[in-house]
Amino acid sequence: MGEKIVEVKNLFFQYERKYVLENINISIEKGAFLGLVGPNGSGKSTLLKCLLGLLKPQKGTIHLFGEDIHQFNDWHKIGYVSQKANSFNSSFPATVFEVVASGLTPKLGLFKKMKKADREKVMEAIRAVGMEKAVHQNIGELSGGQQQRVFIARALVSEPKLLILDEPTVGVDSQTVNHFYQLLHHLNKELEITLILVTHDIGAITDKVTHVACLNKQLYFHGNKDEFERLKETELTSLYGHPVQLITHDHE
Amino acid sequence: MFSSILQFEFLQNAFLSGILIGFIAPLLGVFVVVRRLSLIADALSHVTLAGIAGGLFLSSKISFFSSLNPIYVGMGFSVLGSLVIEKLRAFYKFYAELAIPIIMSAGIGFSVVFISLADGFNTDLFNYLFGSVSAVSRTDLYIITGVAALVILLIVLFYKELFLLSFDEEYASALGLPAKGLHLLFILTVALVISVSMRVVGILLVSSLMTLPVAASIRIATGFKKTIFLSVIIGEASVLIGLVLSYYLDIAPGGTIVILEVLALIFSIILSKARRGKI
Ligand SMILES: Nc1ncnc2c1ncn2[C@@H]1O[C@H](COP(=O)(O)OP(=O)(O)OP(=O)(O)O)[C@@H](O)[C@H]1O
Ligand SMILES: [Mg+2]
Repeated sequence: MGEKIVEVKNLFFQYERKYVLENINISIEKGAFLGLVGPNGSGKSTLLKCLLGLLKPQKGTIHLFGEDIHQFNDWHKIGYVSQKANSFNSSFPATVFEVVASGLTPKLGLFKKMKKADREKVMEAIRAVGMEKAVHQNIGELSGGQQQRVFIARALVSEPKLLILDEPTVGVDSQTVNHFYQLLHHLNKELEITLILVTHDIGAITDKVTHVACLNKQLYFHGNKDEFERLKETELTSLYGHPVQLITHDHE
Repeated sequence: MFSSILQFEFLQNAFLSGILIGFIAPLLGVFVVVRRLSLIADALSHVTLAGIAGGLFLSSKISFFSSLNPIYVGMGFSVLGSLVIEKLRAFYKFYAELAIPIIMSAGIGFSVVFISLADGFNTDLFNYLFGSVSAVSRTDLYIITGVAALVILLIVLFYKELFLLSFDEEYASALGLPAKGLHLLFILTVALVISVSMRVVGILLVSSLMTLPVAASIRIATGFKKTIFLSVIIGEASVLIGLVLSYYLDIAPGGTIVILEVLALIFSIILSKARRGKI
């Protein structure tokens, strides 16, 4: 058994009166690539925000890298691309370089400035998402998909051990998406980075993920990919409320 | 003029204060503008006015306070006002901007009451409203210097963190930054800058010193550091030229400075349109 990167036990969360997450139990081991699926409003983003400490669950415990989330301090070990990344203030006067470099903030620590090696890391992350031509352009001048790539670079720059991605490829063209999934595969296999990816397009990544979790307020399924593939389509249909296509892919 | 600067202490005070304010107001202003807090600066200036009017009232009516510098009361009100704004913004979560008219009208209400209690307008109050070259005292200069040191320290120490907070508050929190604490520190500093800057440019125009140079540079500069740099240049130039003009033409410095900033703004709009090939 590998090291536990994320361990969620009996988690309940409510924004207002109703629980949007009920009795969630998840454990993710080092090196896993978890695909998190579920219909709109099923609580996927909410669950991720709980893991990131942005929301405080009413009940239950979360452990990150073996440490209780209340004691956890190594936030630079976690990279995050939020679902709403491109709803930021789009006229913000910052260059791609500045935005990606801001991902290094916690790693550098207070009062410290970037060194040459840090700049090189920033450039590396920008190259990894293929945005090197726009380094000195303002982020607001880029298209939505290009901005999304920059946010992915920002999450990669601190060399996280756990990468949390909430529908990161929305608005990104299919060629870049493929490139991106290859990059994730590489990060996962070669660098042993643990990944959590929310997507509505599980069919596109079934050959990359190691585990799948199906969420709709409760966790309907959480297991490795083989178990998932054996799941009857009817069970997923009852989860989504309508038939879903799984492995076969007809768009593109 | 430069010989008179060496000669008259009040001119030294005004110019040194101007140099400091022309630097720190746009510097902090860039963060204020990109975080869409420009109107908060306005609301705080009106709260400061209430403090100043209260201070003038106390010093004129109660002998115990006769030597009280109203700027201290203004600073106190401004800081308090910023805390109340933050509370209100949290309370009206989805209507956070409601905090601004609430605080603004409270500020004006108190100002008017204090002004009438202190037997209406006098030159002192007029100077605070519109700024004055001759009214800046040595004490004012010392206070401004202290606040300027604080601002520069804040920006130098927390540049990265403030940038991240301004660009993406959620991401800042996700990276474990104490976003709330940092934001509070930031707002308090804004409150102090507002209250000390009005000595030179006047309360009614103090927020423009934070926002106009930024408005002028934000569309023509590329990147955040360059936006800061250009804003400071525009702010500093407007303050210095404005002070010289207002001394020679015997006009209120606040208005002169703001008019220069508006000119810079118009120029930058034309420049940015020309660059985009629209002219
Ligand atoms: N800030 C909020 N305040 C109150 N309720 C919220 C808030 N954010 C989300 N919710 C509710 O919580 C539930 C789960 O939302 P969440 O965003 O986690 O869903 P999701 O699975 O990420 O959906 P999507 O696929 O559309 O991204 C929804 O019913 C939503 O209405
Ligand atoms: Mg979501």
